[in-house]
Amino acid sequence: MNEAEIKERVAEFLAGHDPAGDRLEFLRARFDAGLAWVWFPKGLGGLGAPRELQQVVERELADTPQINGGKQGIGLGMAAPTILAFGTEEQKRRFLRPLWTGEEIWCQLFSEPGAGSDLATLATRAVRDGDEWVVDGQKVWTSGAHHARWAILVTRTDPDVPKHRGLTYFVCDMQAPGVEVRPLRQITGEAEFNEVFLTGVRLSDDLRLGEVGDGWRVAQTTLMNERVAIGGAPTRRGGGVMATVLDAWRERPELRTHDLHQRLLSLWVEAEVTRLSGARLREQLAAGQPGPEGSGMKLSFAKLNQALTGFDVEFNRDLGYDDWAFRRSEDVDFFGRGPGYRYLRAKGNSIEGGTSEILRNIIAERVLGLPSEPRVDKDVPWKDLPR
Amino acid sequence: MTLLYTEIEEELRASVRALLADRCPPAAVLKRVESEPADLDLWKTLAGEIGVAGLLIPEELGGAGAGPGEAGVVLEELGRAVTPVPFLTSAVLATRALLPTRDALLGELAEGRRTAALAVSFAASPYRPQRGSAVRAEGGRLSGTVTGVAGADAADVLLVPVDGELYAVEAAAAVVTAGPSLDLTRPVATVTFDRAEARHVGACDLAAVLRLGAALLASEQLGVAEWCLETTLGYVKERHQFARPVGSFQAIKHRLADLWLDVVRARAAARNAVADPSAVSVAVAQAWNAGVAVRVAEEAVQLHGGIGMTWEHPVHLYLKRAKSSEIALGTPGDHRAALASLVDVPGPEGGEQ
Repeated sequence: MNEAEIKERVAEFLAGHDPAGDRLEFLRARFDAGLAWVWFPKGLGGLGAPRELQQVVERELADTPQINGGKQGIGLGMAAPTILAFGTEEQKRRFLRPLWTGEEIWCQLFSEPGAGSDLATLATRAVRDGDEWVVDGQKVWTSGAHHARWAILVTRTDPDVPKHRGLTYFVCDMQAPGVEVRPLRQITGEAEFNEVFLTGVRLSDDLRLGEVGDGWRVAQTTLMNERVAIGGAPTRRGGGVMATVLDAWRERPELRTHDLHQRLLSLWVEAEVTRLSGARLREQLAAGQPGPEGSGMKLSFAKLNQALTGFDVEFNRDLGYDDWAFRRSEDVDFFGRGPGYRYLRAKGNSIEGGTSEILRNIIAERVLGLPSEPRVDKDVPWKDLPR
Repeated sequence: MTLLYTEIEEELRASVRALLADRCPPAAVLKRVESEPADLDLWKTLAGEIGVAGLLIPEELGGAGAGPGEAGVVLEELGRAVTPVPFLTSAVLATRALLPTRDALLGELAEGRRTAALAVSFAASPYRPQRGSAVRAEGGRLSGTVTGVAGADAADVLLVPVDGELYAVEAAAAVVTAGPSLDLTRPVATVTFDRAEARHVGACDLAAVLRLGAALLASEQLGVAEWCLETTLGYVKERHQFARPVGSFQAIKHRLADLWLDVVRARAAARNAVADPSAVSVAVAQAWNAGVAVRVAEEAVQLHGGIGMTWEHPVHLYLKRAKSSEIALGTPGDHRAALASLVDVPGPEGGEQ
C-alpha cells in the first residue's frame, strides 16, 4: 500500500462518516476502517501497511475528532503492541478497539516498592486456582490507575527458579474485587501517580498474556515499546523549556547577572545541539536507517530539563511556590505552572521510563559494547535472593 | 538541507580513511612530529590523487566544485588520524580567502602543485580577526609580524590580509620562525615580513574566511573526539584489573556513555555547520565541539591510566590537538558571547550585577 492508496482510503472513509457527528462513533468507525494504526493487521484497526504511512493518515484526519494521546499513552504505547505480539485472537479482538478509541484506559502494574530498576526481582504473587489466578502484592508509580479499566501486570508465579524465569504476564481487571488504588502524593504536592494494592484479586486464565513463566520476555516487548523520549524534543530553535526561560530572561532585565548570563548561554548551546541531534535522528528514521542515537535522547532531555528548570527558579529569585494542594491531576500541565513546580516535576524526568543510570548502562552495554557488571543473582532461585 | 552524510561523502571518507590507515598510522605520526611534522608526500597524494585540495574550488577554476559537506568529511578523517597535512590551512582557510578573487593561484592549489597558508594568527576569530597581526603595506611591499600562524611551515605562498585587501607573498620572501607548539601535529610559527615583495590579489572579508574555517574545524574536532572515544572503548574492554575488564565497572561505563552522548551531539552540530555555515550554526558548533574534543581527549588520557601519560602512546597527540583547537578560530567562550547578540540573549547591562 502506498501514499496515494492510503489517501484514497481516507477519502472513502470521510465520505461515509461525518467528523462533526458523534465523536465516539467516528473513532470506532475509524478503527473499523483500519485507519487507527495502519501498521496493525486488518480487522484490528490497521491495514497491514508500512508504519510511515500513519503520518499521512494523521495529516489527512488532522481536523477530525482525536484520541487522547496523554491519557491513553500507556494503552497505545505499551499495552497495545504487547497484546498484538502475545495476545490470543480473542484477546486482540476484545481489547484493542476500546483501547484505541479511549473507551477503556490502561495503566501499567510493573514497578514495586522493592523492584524498580531491577524489575525482574518483583514479588507480587500469582497462584493458580483452577481456571483462575489469585494475585497478591503491591505496585507503585502507577500513572493513571484511577482512570484505568485495565492494567498490564507482571507477577511472580514460580519463586523456586531464578528471577527472570518465574514471571507471568496478565491483563488485570482494575474493577475486580481486591484492587485498591491510592493516590501517591509527589514532591510537587499533587498526585499523578498511585500505589495499587492487590489483595486476593482473582483473574481468569484467559487474561494471561503469553505462556506461564514467559512474563519477562513479554515485559521486554512492553519496555522496548516505551516511547522514545524523542517526542519531547522541541522542533524549533530555542523552543520547549528553553522558551519559557528565555521569555522570563528577556522580560526581566533587572534580574540578569553576568554569572547567570554565562550559564544561560552554555545551556542554550546544549539545548540547540540536543535539538539538532533529535532532528538528525528523525532524518535517520525517515531514511530507514535508525541509529543508536535514540538511546541517548531521553538522557539528554532529562539532564537539560533539570538544569533549565533549576536555572529558572534561581533567575526569578522568587521564594514562593504556586500551590502545594494535594490533588489528583488529570494530565501533566508543565507549562501552566510556576518555575518551582517545573523544577520539582523535572526531577522525575531522570527516573520515569528508566532511570538515567539504567539508560547509561544500556548505552554502555548495547551501543558501546562494554561488558556487564558481574551478576550474583542470575542463577539463584528468586526466593533465596537477599531482599 | 540534510544532517546526514551523502553517498558521495561516504565514498570520499572511505578513500581518505584507507589512505590514512596505510600511510599515516599513529606510530608514524609520532615518529615524525619532532623532526618534520608536515607530511608533504602524503599531502601530495591526498591533494593530487584523491583531489581533496580542490574540494571548495569551483570546477571552472580547476577544482572539484564540491562544498563544505565534503570538506567536513575529509576533516573528520584527518582529525581521527591527527594527520599532519595542510588541508585546513591551505585547502580551507587560504582557499576560502582567495575564492572571491578568482585568482589563478586557485588552480595551482586545487592540483596540489602549490600550498598556501593564510598569514593570520590561528588564535584570531571571526569576532577579532586581527588578533596577532601587525602588518602594513607600502608601495607593493609588506612589513610587520603575524604570530601563531598555522600551516606556514608547509606553505609555498603566504596570503596576507592587510586592511581588507589580500596580498600574496612567496614564502621564501618572509621569515617563518617555528618555536615549540602545544600542538605537535599542527605547529604554529611567527611570520615576519621586512619590505617583502607582495602581489595584490583582491579584497578580503577576513571574518567570513575565519567563520568558514571555524565551521569546518568543528568537523575535525568531531574526528578527534571519535578517535579518542573509540580507542578508549577498545582499551577498557581489554585492560583487566581486579580480575575483570575495567570497562565493566559502572564508574567507567557511565562516563563513557556520557561522552558518547556528547559526541553524538557534536556530530549533529558539525553537520549543521557545514550544511548551513551561518553565524549562528558556526558559533553553536564551535561552542560545543571544541569543548567535547577536549573533554573526550582528557578522559581518554585518564581512562588509559599510566600508559596514557607516556610519550609512546599516541593519545597525547590528540589531547594537544584538541586543546590547541579549542583556542583556534575563537574559544568556546568567544562563540557563546557572539551568540548572545545573534540569538537575542542579552547580558545584564543595566540590571543588578
